[in-house]
Amino acid sequence: MAAARIYLDAGGSAPLSARTRDALSAGFADGWADPGRLHAESRRARALLEGAADAIAEAIGVRMEDVHFTASPHEAFNRVIAGIFSARRGRERIVVSAIERDALVHAAAHASSDRLSTVPVSAAGHIGLDDLAEAMRVPDVALLAVQHANQEIGTVQDLAAVSALAQRAAVPLIVDATASIGHVDPPAHWDALVAHPGDWGGPAGLGVVALRPQLRWLPAWPEGDPWAPGNVSVPLALAAAVALQERLENLHTVSRHMSDLVRRLREQLALVAGIDVVGDPDMRLPHVLTFSCLYADGEALVAELDRRGFAVGSGSACATGTLEPSRVLAAIGALTHGNVRIALPPAATHAEVERFLAAVVDVVGDLRTRSGAPRLG
Amino acid sequence: MIDARGLICPLPIIELARTAADAARGDTVTVECTDLAARYDVPAWARLTGNEFVGESETDGGAIALTVRLR
Repeated sequence: MAAARIYLDAGGSAPLSARTRDALSAGFADGWADPGRLHAESRRARALLEGAADAIAEAIGVRMEDVHFTASPHEAFNRVIAGIFSARRGRERIVVSAIERDALVHAAAHASSDRLSTVPVSAAGHIGLDDLAEAMRVPDVALLAVQHANQEIGTVQDLAAVSALAQRAAVPLIVDATASIGHVDPPAHWDALVAHPGDWGGPAGLGVVALRPQLRWLPAWPEGDPWAPGNVSVPLALAAAVALQERLENLHTVSRHMSDLVRRLREQLALVAGIDVVGDPDMRLPHVLTFSCLYADGEALVAELDRRGFAVGSGSACATGTLEPSRVLAAIGALTHGNVRIALPPAATHAEVERFLAAVVDVVGDLRTRSGAPRLG
Repeated sequence: MIDARGLICPLPIIELARTAADAARGDTVTVECTDLAARYDVPAWARLTGNEFVGESETDGGAIALTVRLR
């Protein structure tokens, strides 16, 4: 009998729980109508949508009216950045950390016509606060974007310190929390925040924006809902809220379990010659881990692990179908080839982690032998 | 000087490691690459194998030459 698949690539696209799938069905049964009309069917859909926004707002720690749905996290980055940038007329520059998501960096480059200042990070992935202070000293900074936690290496930023620098310069801070909400307590220090339901076990096809009431922004489009023109899908929003509630009910239990598994993986992988385990060992997301294997081809590594039943991601150039490797790995000085990126789903077990460890050692050994590379250690 | 132009990751690093295995301590080895990942991976290789990354320079034809000193 073939062994069951082990899914370790839950970042941004986690498996849906039974409760989430039920909520999705309920959303299609009761929330199919256009929520913007005047009749009973529409009011029912609107009530479900508002209930979903209310639940997500509570989880983030804001009021319902400060939360907005978008069609994707990409769309959320585009609209938040364009909206704040437009309201900051006369200030032309956007400051970002070197390990922000591609989608955010592309949105920032587009809004500012490539007037970006990129602040370097340490080998553990923390933004350089002295460099950030220097970048914020320029008078034409329109906004600052720094992530809460990194989706590849797991490092969690010191947002209190980042926010203090933004406040001193009176510059709004956008926080990408797409990798952290649903896994750790939400960040407290931000002016605008982006979250991703797909990452916390909600359905694909949705992004979330939260704005502080005092933040100034201008709609990028003249009419309709400035965040989700043509309306957001009510069933998706409902399922996203249910998935988040389910995560929060046992957030700390799951988070401790994830931390145990990731600590075991980090410790064991670090013992293997030529494996580079990256990211901050302590200030990190509980469920995310990245490592790189010297002399192994990232694409072959992902394919061979897949053949053996393990789904993992990779930031190696060959595995992403691009010429450039992951900007995150490059920015922290990690080995970019032979990269494996995992994000554990809450259901991951100790037994699965042990099987994965054995498979990695075996596959990396095979690939190295075939590559003709000299023996290590 | 290793000519790893046209090779993609991890091949330039494997070529570097094979040359380094036959060289003496204190020698410098330079690998000339067109692969964009090599710029990050040669310094990372030096860190992981206990060698010293010396620096990089552009060569004729748009390639980069990355140099390490063996320890």
